Amino acid sequence: MDLATFLVQCLNAVQYGLLLFLVASGLTLIFGIMGVINLAHGSFYMIGAYMAFVLAPWFGDWYLTKLLAGVILAAVFGYLLEWAFFSYLYQRDHLQQVLMTYALILVFEELRSLTVGNDVHGVQAPTWLAGGFKLGELMSYPWYRVFASVACIVLAVALYWVVNRTKLGMMIRAGASNRDMVRGLGIDIQRLYRIVFAGGVALAALAGMIAAPLSSVYPNMGGSVLIICFVVVVIGGIGSITGALIASLLVGFVDTFGKVFFAEFSGIGVYLLMAIILIWKPEGLMKQHGR
Amino acid sequence: MGAEHAATSASRFGRLVPLLGLAVLAALPAVLTPYTQDLVLKIAVFAIFALSLELLVGTTGLVSLGHAAFFGIGAYAAVLFTGGVGSLPAALAWLAGDGGAAPLLKLLALSVGFAALYALFVGALSLRTTGVYFIMVTLAFAQMAYFVFHDTKVGGGSDGIFLYAKPVLEIGGTTLIDLDRKSHFYYFTLGALAFTYGVLALVNRSRLGHALAGIRVNEQRMRAAGFRTYGYKLAAFVIAGALAGLAGFLVGVKDGAVNPELLSWHESGAVLLMIILGGIGSLRGAVLGAVAFTLLKELFQSEALLGPLAGHWQLTLGLTIIAFVALLPKGLIGLKQRLAGASHG
Amino acid sequence: MAEALLRSNLLTRRFGGLTAVNGVSLAFHIGEVHAVIGTNGAGKSTLINMLSGEIPASGGSIHFDGQDITDWPQPKRARAGLGRSYQRTTIFPEFSVLENCRLCAQAALPRAWAVWESAQRCEASLAVAREALAAAGLADVAQRQAGTLSHGGKRQLEIAMCLATKPRVLLLDEPLAGMGAEETDRMLALLASLKATHAVLLVEHDMDAVFRIADRITVMVNGEVIASDVPAAIRSNRDVQTAYLGEGH
Repeated sequence: MDLATFLVQCLNAVQYGLLLFLVASGLTLIFGIMGVINLAHGSFYMIGAYMAFVLAPWFGDWYLTKLLAGVILAAVFGYLLEWAFFSYLYQRDHLQQVLMTYALILVFEELRSLTVGNDVHGVQAPTWLAGGFKLGELMSYPWYRVFASVACIVLAVALYWVVNRTKLGMMIRAGASNRDMVRGLGIDIQRLYRIVFAGGVALAALAGMIAAPLSSVYPNMGGSVLIICFVVVVIGGIGSITGALIASLLVGFVDTFGKVFFAEFSGIGVYLLMAIILIWKPEGLMKQHGR
Repeated sequence: MGAEHAATSASRFGRLVPLLGLAVLAALPAVLTPYTQDLVLKIAVFAIFALSLELLVGTTGLVSLGHAAFFGIGAYAAVLFTGGVGSLPAALAWLAGDGGAAPLLKLLALSVGFAALYALFVGALSLRTTGVYFIMVTLAFAQMAYFVFHDTKVGGGSDGIFLYAKPVLEIGGTTLIDLDRKSHFYYFTLGALAFTYGVLALVNRSRLGHALAGIRVNEQRMRAAGFRTYGYKLAAFVIAGALAGLAGFLVGVKDGAVNPELLSWHESGAVLLMIILGGIGSLRGAVLGAVAFTLLKELFQSEALLGPLAGHWQLTLGLTIIAFVALLPKGLIGLKQRLAGASHG
Repeated sequence: MAEALLRSNLLTRRFGGLTAVNGVSLAFHIGEVHAVIGTNGAGKSTLINMLSGEIPASGGSIHFDGQDITDWPQPKRARAGLGRSYQRTTIFPEFSVLENCRLCAQAALPRAWAVWESAQRCEASLAVAREALAAAGLADVAQRQAGTLSHGGKRQLEIAMCLATKPRVLLLDEPLAGMGAEETDRMLALLASLKATHAVLLVEHDMDAVFRIADRITVMVNGEVIASDVPAAIRSNRDVQTAYLGEGH
């Protein structure tokens, strides 16, 4: 493999990892803070991707505006969904949460089928991001992929800043390690949960919107993302955003280079990685105390 | 004294119910159409599948979201080792037949054996985690198996593979059981169901079963008493996987075909749903749940009854699951208990 | 005094930057009730958790019957003879009182894989369970569902379950928690009867009970041992008085 190809694969791995991180961070936050295992998290990614497709004719090249609109819609949707459905899951045991959120996936998939149909759709990258820059003599790396990576990095930094430097973030971190104490401090835990949930949904949907031009939009796209996200959360440790970042990048590299070196067996590479981590550090790379 | 006597005769009757059920099932072929007979077979196979998961979830308290992997491996093993299809790696190819009718016992052993082997691998690793991690890890390992059959040359890719000859049991030149014959397959499946139910009833009543129940209620306490809980949980995981493999063997032979969706997480979700539908914590609940789920799915997919909604059966099924889990968390068995309690005042 | 059955040597436990237990060296002998007292946060729970094997030590060692058990997992220690009861009741509420003990007794039995044998008819574990229930005074409620016992009854069951594993060392974490006077007397009488054949570590807050039953008292403050002596000496120890019992005691 020559240097240019290697660089391209590295960039692909990072970009894939960063997108995964957006989805996984939402999942790990929701689980870490509310203690709910949410199988439908992949559906939010799917909803985001389909939003990108549906909103495309209205926004055209106003890409960032479209993303913003999508995020707002997703956050509102998440807020309402928490209020109407998820808030009832907190008291239930894991098995019931699994089944309820699994049922939610079925509902979302069918609603998608009823509203937008079952066809596979492509989504165009905006024209100002078309084309790519040259890497070596033969390869060119698409600007859109660069944009995707940069967007994810910006969001990751924003997420880090919110969680570590704001009052909301402090409440989130407190809620992750001691729910009852937070309630005792008079913080409106219900609203906190709703905000965190809406944030998680928005992150996943945004990831879907950004990914849409790269992977196109198709039924059941949520399912595969979800399971990979589970692997990321297991490797990185529940509730840990830093762990999710490291794990996402690891998964990105294993998956991308796996495809290059192991062809048909590439799909299982990620799971083998998980198996190795389980043997070595069963609590995940970054264990959270008190969980 | 009187109340005690009533309780014993009630439980004696209770113990007879599964036997009665078995007798009814045995007599059914005489009165059923081929379609209903196939439906009964489907239910029986899923009942075995659900029972195997009941040992894990109901008895031991381990929520596995990847149980379909063992089901699918059992099914694929039955087809692949009959031979003539798929492409087994050289290390295993010598075990396969030539595509003609294969020895029943050998195929059964290979199906159950490989399912148990994968269960040993998955269990050994995933039992190093607990709670939500465990759920996610079991799902991930099932997905790994799914990819092997979906993406690689081993299986037939997303289309799956066909079984061209059904297994037979031959002793000394005479064919005792030929699974190609409908009646043979029917009674063989019924036998497998009775076997599974019986084995699990035995396990639940044994020291092993009691230990598993203790682990479910309070694993820490069990460790403090001296139980090596990891080993017990692993044993439960492997037995459950083996029995799921048995169900897989039957489904592969019944349909004469296998495809990767047998290992999908939709299948894992379905079997989990079956046991919560019937009621966690009882073998009867698992069987009841398999019946209820299969019939519900038939209902929701029936165009005759639901018209255009039948095409979107996932929606009806999804909403039903939500309503059911929300309103009847103890399943149908729980409903029966509630009704019984209400009538006694 | 004979060689200690259970001994800790400079046992230490750190949680991140916090040192919960710092260099604690204690010995427990058969025939002796050795009480460990201290204010909340003194490290008593952490100490007992390290001795029973629930959490690993950050430093130091533990010896049981001459063997170094520092790295042994909890089930191994339990089977070797280290039994414990919990501060928060950890019985199996849905099983009968008898089954609670029988299950604990079962841990020591071989051939766990013999699935054709019924657990309810396992004479070996039933005999041990009945013995333990009798010792704890619960023989007449053997068939009741454990969850329906009174609080005191549940605490007795805690002890019975510990006894059902036929331990040689009893690590008791606040067995008297929430008990009334009569129940306390009963429990103390039980402990007195057990101490002849067992080494008993008693972590307790009830000072009267401790001074009634203990042969030796160790006082812990902020993870360290500040005094370890016979009760009379502890009572008059200045450091203990100021740190724990309060001024003018």
